[in-house]
Amino acid sequence: MLNTARPTHGFDAANPRRRERALEDLAGGLARWRLAWALARSDITHRYRGSILGPMWLTLSTAVMLGALGFLYAKLFRIDMTDYLPWLTVSLIVWNVLNQVVSDASGSLTGAEGVIRQMPLPYSVHAMRVVMRNALIAAHNLPLIAVVFMIFGVAPSWYALLAIPGFLLMAVAGFAAALFLGMACARFRDIPPIIGSVMQVAFFVSAVIWKPEMVGHWQPYLPINPVFALMEAVRAPLMGSPGGITVWLAAIFWTGVMVVIAWAFFVRFRGRIAFWV
Amino acid sequence: MATIEAAGLAIEFPLYHHNARSLKQRILASSGLRLKQDADNRVVVAALRDLSFSIGKGERVALVGPNGAGKTTLLRTIAGVYEPVAGMLRVEGEIGSLIDPAAGMDSLLTGRENVVLRALFRGMTEAEGRALADEVAGFAGLGDFLDVPTRGYSAGMNVRLAFAMATAMSPNILLMDEWFLAGDADFMKRAEERLAQLVTGADILMIATHDMTVVRKWCTRAIRLEGGRIVADGPVEDVIEADRA
Repeated sequence: MLNTARPTHGFDAANPRRRERALEDLAGGLARWRLAWALARSDITHRYRGSILGPMWLTLSTAVMLGALGFLYAKLFRIDMTDYLPWLTVSLIVWNVLNQVVSDASGSLTGAEGVIRQMPLPYSVHAMRVVMRNALIAAHNLPLIAVVFMIFGVAPSWYALLAIPGFLLMAVAGFAAALFLGMACARFRDIPPIIGSVMQVAFFVSAVIWKPEMVGHWQPYLPINPVFALMEAVRAPLMGSPGGITVWLAAIFWTGVMVVIAWAFFVRFRGRIAFWV
Repeated sequence: MATIEAAGLAIEFPLYHHNARSLKQRILASSGLRLKQDADNRVVVAALRDLSFSIGKGERVALVGPNGAGKTTLLRTIAGVYEPVAGMLRVEGEIGSLIDPAAGMDSLLTGRENVVLRALFRGMTEAEGRALADEVAGFAGLGDFLDVPTRGYSAGMNVRLAFAMATAMSPNILLMDEWFLAGDADFMKRAEERLAQLVTGADILMIATHDMTVVRKWCTRAIRLEGGRIVADGPVEDVIEADRA
């Protein structure tokens, strides 16, 4: 006998049990990690269907971008290339992960409209799909860091292992963002362009192409920016430093804020999602 | 044990993403039958209104009624897609849904891969999915086409695959929209046998259709929906005859 998906379900508008249903959704979604993984993988393979390099285009386009920006900005900022390019490599790749997660998060539910309106499925599956898809893309880009480090003779340090909890924080924040932004963007269709322009500004204010020490005495205040805090928790370890305690506290704080907001909205509005998409 | 129970069930679709003000003036002024304003001043379509029914084991229910009566919405609500705005719904038993043949299908994957994907949707593992694929292959009768991407399928072949998938999971409650009638005569005969098998015992079949021969042949009970309300509910002949009179 095949195991049952949801043998019994019920709904009573007088007693909606929203919190329990949201918890069931999360549990059911986590139990279906295989589905989220299969969907995330097919997202990538479908995007590059019929192309010869396939997903390697992800790596290649990042490499081209790095080459161009690296030379230009080293010149503009008058910094030594061997010092700047490895840093920019890590910086841009981490930024790309974060930026892509945010923009995918806005479409996490509207993009799954066909499934949502046809069959009952925990909504957390769609959020997990976004996180997994971006983890796959990141896996295509991270080897570039090793290549650049080798070319410029940067020795990796044990602190690099701290990037793992950094990435985990990013994944948790990304999951929460995919639920919250996914819902907000499904209901209000003006939000995705707003997010797009906010992220464009974030690219310039979050120390992606310039080094944090360049702002002088403002540097301690940079972690007030959640984008910077989450990025730095990954970038600093990869660059061979543990990253300051304020950076880690800020990254954990902002992730916590994201989770609380997402949970509150998810509990309250989960039942409306099918009507919004 | 399969049962479906509803009391005072209501579903309303808010009309988002339109110019709400002009829409409101235009529509509320004219019809006012199914379009109304809810407590938050939104324009909503009352898709289902105050439905109460109870379906027990072994019943084969036909949902009849004109286009837009709410038949498919009711099927989707029972499947668990929409949460009611009012009333109570209780469904016991595993649901097999044949509401949209393309739901959850990836047209770039082969038929076999789609069966595995569907199994994942149901919370099964890949291995269970592959076992299911062999079972589906036997019934769907697609032959070599099972290993061809489904975008190359005809409409009828899609229907065969969807039907075979939904029934292979041995659901207790089968929800069906009328598109599955696109199968050829040979397939329809086998589908009928399979449904007969499925509906013996504690199982429920619920089918939305306009085809009265299907209703007479397959169903024991008919519910007529009009404008989102139940206007008749009872044995097939009574409901259909009442309509003709």
